[in-house]
Amino acid sequence: MRNERRGFHMFKKSAVLLVILAFVVALLPACSATSNTIAIGTIMPISGPVSTYGIQSRDASQMAIDEINAAGGVLGKKLQLYVEDDEATPEKTVNAFTKLVTQHKIVALVGGLTSPCTLAIIADAQKRKVVLVTPSSTNDTVTDAGNFIFRACYNDSFQGQVMAKFAYQNLGAKTAAIIFDNTNDYSKGLKDSFTAAFTALGGTLVDTESYAKGDTDFNAQLTKIASNKPDVLFVPDYYSTVSLVAKQARTAGITVPMLGADGWDEIANNAGDEVDGCYYSNHYSPDANDQQVKDFVAAYKAKYNAEPNALAALAYDATYMIADAIKLAGSTDPDAIQAAMMKTNKKFVTGQISFNEKRNPVKSAVILELVKGDVANKPKVVYNTTVNP
Amino acid sequence: MVFLQQLVNGISLGSVYSLIAIGYTMVYGIVKLINFAHGDILMIGAFCGYYAFLWAQGSASPVLAVAFAFLLAMAISALVGVIIEKTCYKPLRNAPRINALITAIGVSIVLENGARVIPFMGPNPRQVSIPEAFKGVFALGGLTISKVQVLTLATSLVLMVVLTAFVQLTRTGKAMRAVSHDMDAAQLMGISVNRIVSITFAIGAALGGAAGVLYAMNFPMINPYMGIMPGLKAFIAAVFGGIGSIPGAMIGGLVMGVAETLTKGFISSKLADAVAFGILIVILLVRPSGLLGKSAREKV
Repeated sequence: MRNERRGFHMFKKSAVLLVILAFVVALLPACSATSNTIAIGTIMPISGPVSTYGIQSRDASQMAIDEINAAGGVLGKKLQLYVEDDEATPEKTVNAFTKLVTQHKIVALVGGLTSPCTLAIIADAQKRKVVLVTPSSTNDTVTDAGNFIFRACYNDSFQGQVMAKFAYQNLGAKTAAIIFDNTNDYSKGLKDSFTAAFTALGGTLVDTESYAKGDTDFNAQLTKIASNKPDVLFVPDYYSTVSLVAKQARTAGITVPMLGADGWDEIANNAGDEVDGCYYSNHYSPDANDQQVKDFVAAYKAKYNAEPNALAALAYDATYMIADAIKLAGSTDPDAIQAAMMKTNKKFVTGQISFNEKRNPVKSAVILELVKGDVANKPKVVYNTTVNP
Repeated sequence: MVFLQQLVNGISLGSVYSLIAIGYTMVYGIVKLINFAHGDILMIGAFCGYYAFLWAQGSASPVLAVAFAFLLAMAISALVGVIIEKTCYKPLRNAPRINALITAIGVSIVLENGARVIPFMGPNPRQVSIPEAFKGVFALGGLTISKVQVLTLATSLVLMVVLTAFVQLTRTGKAMRAVSHDMDAAQLMGISVNRIVSITFAIGAALGGAAGVLYAMNFPMINPYMGIMPGLKAFIAAVFGGIGSIPGAMIGGLVMGVAETLTKGFISSKLADAVAFGILIVILLVRPSGLLGKSAREKV
């Protein structure tokens, strides 16, 4: 009896040892770091509600890395891109960032994509002195975390202003309504900046309604908005939600143009007739008459067989920005890269980028219009105008 | 006028909840198990509807396309329901009820995350292409109701009537009622309990699948997690109306839909979910057996 118990105890002990050994073996590959590559990380929503953004951004970053490596790399070494999927969920972004920093020892990060996800990791990036360039997070507070946080796109305060001005001046709207996601900082930030700018111009906000992330039924809010008869409806959210809102808005009898921001990018592939006659602000127009844009679009199409959206262009620019900064710094020392980033002043695919004192670029926005396409129920995106800061 | 329109919105939303709640309540009524995976059966039905509409896209008859979607969704959901019952719930039939409840939650998680990795479902939201004839609205004197909403309301009512008739008037229905009264006594009377429970789950899941197709037609963006919230709200609706009672589920769903919509429309959209769950708390405090439920007295 006694011997059996001892035997079981020994078995338990050796089982535990085996499990620990297995863990160590599993972690071994992570310990090996190649010294002839420079590790760059990217955290993108490869799956989830904005996966088209994530996939294209990752592909564009990879294309940039491949081009840079083909041209000789940086400081004689090749760049290596490590990709993590955060599914546009801030908790997962935090885990992804920790993994990239501890396991792959990245010197710089292209990410996050959505503002809530970036906001989740900026404090940590600043503390660890990892240069973080968010290609597309437009929320104003992102760069407040410190001098290691940069962005490649314009801010929501600018974007909201752009759309408010467009509504008031170009569309002649005197009244507006907003329906936004009050659990998403991106949506909230845009609602605030649009409201402030529209009322400053002389317009009136007749109704502001909100919903929560994941809601699918907006009929109650839209019926209320319809009864207040606004001239335009501002819907600052991502394309997957906007497509539902737009359908229900038309059913509720709202026939006026709907306006959006860069979260509408890809709406043409995710909505039908309900978005005809709507406008949204974006970072670039793929059919712009600019050689850099044309080269980028052609290269992306050749490699990935798809037209690059604005976020892909931004990720491409962000990657190049980092590579150029490392070249200028002459080393992978964090402070040196940071100082070199501040000196950025070049024309990229999405425009001339140089950073102001808050590490935000001062850039123009393009306004795109959705019109009836050639195929039934598939709207077409056409360029409308550029708004300079 | 706005109030009437909001009422219409509420009833439409409510009929979606009713449809889901009917499946919940039926399974509980017979097997005394709250199948928390019901919301995910809804999701499976929605994906079946997505593919059915995709394949039927060239076809001339929209009614046929919708019928095909329903058939496909109900068949596959019934199959999934029976498989789940045989593998996960049957072994626990004589265990304490809480075991089966926890298992149901586990099944729900497996279905959601399983759908994420299956390539033809996947984690990304998909847009459902509804047949053209079902887009658009009916305008009746200032009120608008969309065609899909009318279809949803009609389907809920029809299914409620058909289901009640089935349970009350057919032999299988009688067997189901017997099993729900006393499983052992029913077995002694020669009723195959295994067969009846499987049929119950099949019907319940088929209803969930049908609800999924209608949900996808109402809200054409589907993703693997779409069933969680509607499933939860339908569960509250079923409890509110009296879990086990089919008309109760119908009423509960409508009340939930109207309460949610009126809160969003006249109070604040931030309180809508709070009101929904508040209803659950209130009904459990005031009348735990629900509106139409039987208050079972334990005779000691």
